[in-house]
Amino acid sequence: MSHKLTFSGRISGFFFEVGDMSLFAVRYFREVFRGPYEFRELLNQCYTIGNRSLLLVGVTGFILGLVFTLQSRPTLMEFGAESWMPSMVSISIVREIGPVITALICAGKIGSGIGAELGSMKVTEQIDAMEVSGTNPFKYLVITRITATTLMIPLLIVFGDFIALLGSALVENLKGGVSFTLYFNKVFNALSFGDLLPATIKSFFFGFVIGLVGCYKGYHCKKGTLGVGEASNSAVVYASMLLFIVDFIAVFISDIFFEI
Amino acid sequence: MEKPTQIQPVLEIKDLRKSFGDNHVLRGFNLVLNKGENLVVMGKSGSGKSVMIKCLVGLMQADSGSIQINNKSIVTLGQVELDLLRTEIGFLFQGSALYDSMTVKENLEFPLRRHKKKLNFKQSNDELILEALKNVGLEDAIDLMPSELSGGMKRRVALARALIMKPKIILYDEPTTGLDPITAKEIIALMRQIQTQYDTSSLIITHDVDCARVISNRIILLIDGINYAEGTYQELIRSHDPKVKAFFKH
Repeated sequence: MSHKLTFSGRISGFFFEVGDMSLFAVRYFREVFRGPYEFRELLNQCYTIGNRSLLLVGVTGFILGLVFTLQSRPTLMEFGAESWMPSMVSISIVREIGPVITALICAGKIGSGIGAELGSMKVTEQIDAMEVSGTNPFKYLVITRITATTLMIPLLIVFGDFIALLGSALVENLKGGVSFTLYFNKVFNALSFGDLLPATIKSFFFGFVIGLVGCYKGYHCKKGTLGVGEASNSAVVYASMLLFIVDFIAVFISDIFFEI
Repeated sequence: MEKPTQIQPVLEIKDLRKSFGDNHVLRGFNLVLNKGENLVVMGKSGSGKSVMIKCLVGLMQADSGSIQINNKSIVTLGQVELDLLRTEIGFLFQGSALYDSMTVKENLEFPLRRHKKKLNFKQSNDELILEALKNVGLEDAIDLMPSELSGGMKRRVALARALIMKPKIILYDEPTTGLDPITAKEIIALMRQIQTQYDTSSLIITHDVDCARVISNRIILLIDGINYAEGTYQELIRSHDPKVKAFFKH
């Protein structure tokens, strides 16, 4: 019984937090278009979030494409359908696997980083010091980071998708003798507007969720080093869960407007 | 320290109350800080000193009571006016609160970004930063990161940052806590020097009796959320009240 109560308590706690986060998001939209703007810090965050995640996203994408193709090849060969490989891999990666995997990796790297950074600023009173010096810390720290993740995660996803397709093309080239030109011709023939647009739109939402959760957790961090650890850890957990919820909603809506 | 000659309130707290659930931290606290005065508020850990100082600068919302700084009520001010009023106040945090991703120079430059034009400073940023650092004897540390500074140096840089806007009121939250006795004495000497040089009024939150003895014109003892006792250091050490004596028995 007590286990059930604890479980239900956790579930209700999760939804309370999501409610609180929604208010945090409302505050973001209320303040994002209102000056003064922190362009320099926004550019700095775009650089930190985008450029410094390229290697991780690239390596993961490459291995993803490689493994996906290697694993699928024998099954497709059984049906004599290996020529479908570029179409199958590209549609799967562009529509679903690429955005979700890249977003999950970014939730781990970027979301936890933001949670830990803001959390440690909170417990060492740096956020208070900012406020006392007459600077709005929400604008300087939160708005810049959420905007940067919203803008940079889609770019990282596009980059990750491309590298994954490159990995897949490499396997096809080595195992099936398919040239890179032929492979990418088949990829571009297979992909349609209905594959690219929903994936692109949802990647902006993924970026927004990662930034929002990281900033929310860090900004509301409890006192002490334990609080910083918790903020960083729960930023990843909450962001990952919300990513799947957003993905489900996105697929559901795409299903209405585009033929899947 | 000698008493200031002028009696002109620059900061006034009336009947300040703040609770956290059933924990009534402040139960009607009153305070008047006069121009040029060094007022020390002493109290045990958890007595509400830091809560009081955070309510003062709007970092925390009081449940009731009034706070007037330079005849402006901070409770009724909008965000823009509050930010502008904050430029008239320097705040030294207990743990220094330096921005650890910025150099010393960038730490000092940060408050200038938004408000320098409004305050009509004629000097350049570099000149203001160098002047503030010279006043705390750390001009050589300008390009260092906070992680490269000792505890005493961090406190000095934090003090320089509090001074960069040339405030008329400085709030010190436990300025000597966590420092060795020699560095603590240096910080106290620096506080006195700054008060003379910048003609500031200071509100000092501390439980360091030595600090209170050297720097205070007047001391308020914050016990059970109220002004339990008030007077000069000499008056308070002669008190027969057991709670007051407990503070000064060493």
